[in-house]
Amino acid sequence: MILLASRYLIWVFALFMLMSWDQATAEELSLKEIATGVYVHQGVHQLPNQHNRGEIANIGFIIGEHCIAVIDSGGSPYQGFALKQQIGKHSQIPICYVINTHVHPDHIYGNLAFKAVGVSFVGHHKLTQAMALRAPFYREKAHSELGFALSPEHFVPPDQPVKDTLELDLGGRTLRVTAHPTAHTDNDLSIFDTQTETLWLGDLLFMGHVPVVDGSLNGWLSEIEKLRKIGAKQVVPGHGPVVAAWPLALMGEENYLKRLQTEIRAAIKAGKTIEQAMNEIGQSMRPDWQLFDDFHKRNIATAFAELEWEDD
Amino acid sequence: MKIPVTSSRILMIIAGLLLASQALRAEGEDETAWNTTLKQQFFPNRAIEEDQQTLEITAPYRAEDPALVPLQITSKFPQTKENFIKNITVIIDNNPVPFSASFDFTPESGKADIATRMRFNAYTHVRAIAETNDGKLHMAKAFVKASGGCSAPIGTDLEAAKARMGKMKFRFDGDKATLGQPNPVQLLISHPNITGMQMDQISRMVQPAHYVTEVKVSFEGKAVMTTKTDIAISADPNLRFYFAPDKAGELKAEVKDNLGNTYSASQAVTP
Repeated sequence: MILLASRYLIWVFALFMLMSWDQATAEELSLKEIATGVYVHQGVHQLPNQHNRGEIANIGFIIGEHCIAVIDSGGSPYQGFALKQQIGKHSQIPICYVINTHVHPDHIYGNLAFKAVGVSFVGHHKLTQAMALRAPFYREKAHSELGFALSPEHFVPPDQPVKDTLELDLGGRTLRVTAHPTAHTDNDLSIFDTQTETLWLGDLLFMGHVPVVDGSLNGWLSEIEKLRKIGAKQVVPGHGPVVAAWPLALMGEENYLKRLQTEIRAAIKAGKTIEQAMNEIGQSMRPDWQLFDDFHKRNIATAFAELEWEDD
Repeated sequence: MKIPVTSSRILMIIAGLLLASQALRAEGEDETAWNTTLKQQFFPNRAIEEDQQTLEITAPYRAEDPALVPLQITSKFPQTKENFIKNITVIIDNNPVPFSASFDFTPESGKADIATRMRFNAYTHVRAIAETNDGKLHMAKAFVKASGGCSAPIGTDLEAAKARMGKMKFRFDGDKATLGQPNPVQLLISHPNITGMQMDQISRMVQPAHYVTEVKVSFEGKAVMTTKTDIAISADPNLRFYFAPDKAGELKAEVKDNLGNTYSASQAVTP
């Protein structure tokens, strides 16, 4: 009897904690309507840590007449719930889609909050594999660096994998979802809202936060060439302001990546080592970017290892 | 016969993980794993001197990418017939498989230097133990802050990596070799070097380990460097070392992986 009661109390307590906690975050999740029915929450230029719980990316949603599409679910399970709660405050239209722009934790850890009958998860056709390969590593990192536990269930893979393009009808507006070849990662998706001509690029576009190469430097630069031709009015970057002018917004990132490419190629040609390249290349770009010291050398290492094979 | 080998390997990995987790609990630059287990395991009952006269190890204190940590081992004297380093063994204390690589050198190596890129799975010491031709052991060590390098995601362009698997390139400083002198050379081996630790908890599939286990470099049939490697070597193994040619000839690399694949490449060397 005592056992039962204490069990019951634990549940009540847990529920209470969850509710009070949910409310606290829901109030913190600010949203901006950047175009009719297009809402974006702005992330912060910080490394993921226990304080920000990895909630650092731009996330949001688009409201149609019959359906809402969430674009990136947040950097923690909490942020996923907070986003869901905010959506409920804005609209009673059902959430039909959760689109993940790529596998990185700050874009997918809120997925589970949205899992329900009638909600379809949309992602690059390589997203399932990327989630599967990264899950053990990511779970350990979440535990040690973000301060929460993740179960395999938090990695909700897409049930609508996108290989080329996919059109999502939200009622009165159509989202064109495009799967890209390896660029920022090997599973990048972009979303174009035809009604407001808003292009949502996820981490194909970094502004302010130094770009992070986790796929292919060459691939990313050739995607930028193609992206530039999209006739959008405005763009939502994965990290940076909630909205920016298109295609001007590409300039900073493109300059950074091009300079990496040019200088790493020159270093390889000159017979320099990866250590020399990491220490010497692009240091003058430090004032242009936040988190430069956290990612720049790593970008060089990743790109160097790619470019030393590019002639083959 | 194959099953016990595999299971003993898994046991080793589990033991390694246990040791690593114990080490994590300890504060600071802990050497428990080395002092209590590894030293005895790899160099039973042998004296190891930590001196500054034999070799130096250079690794970043804070690793930028734990799956791609540049590591340089520099010897303090040239290889001569009278006085040379026979072998350098690299141990990364808190990796799941601490044995990372072993390099056999000869007087023909010119200089027993080696630089490569490695995976670091935890905050750990990396140590290079050199055996000189008088049979003595000398050690240099460095501490590296990194985590997750062995379970880190496989390079995202796995398909490209698999497509060019076995490709090799030699790179020299300039077009001509200098006879009778140690000449630096770089060997690039394209191989995904999958650790087998990128376990897939969603589909319950495991990416099976697939990595380079042996690299033999010879010049005109004479060994320059013979290397045994394990999963700590980064994808697309990259080795920088020296060789001292006494004439024009052919530098050859022969590579084996754990699945029995063999690859070879050679390059003409002209003075």
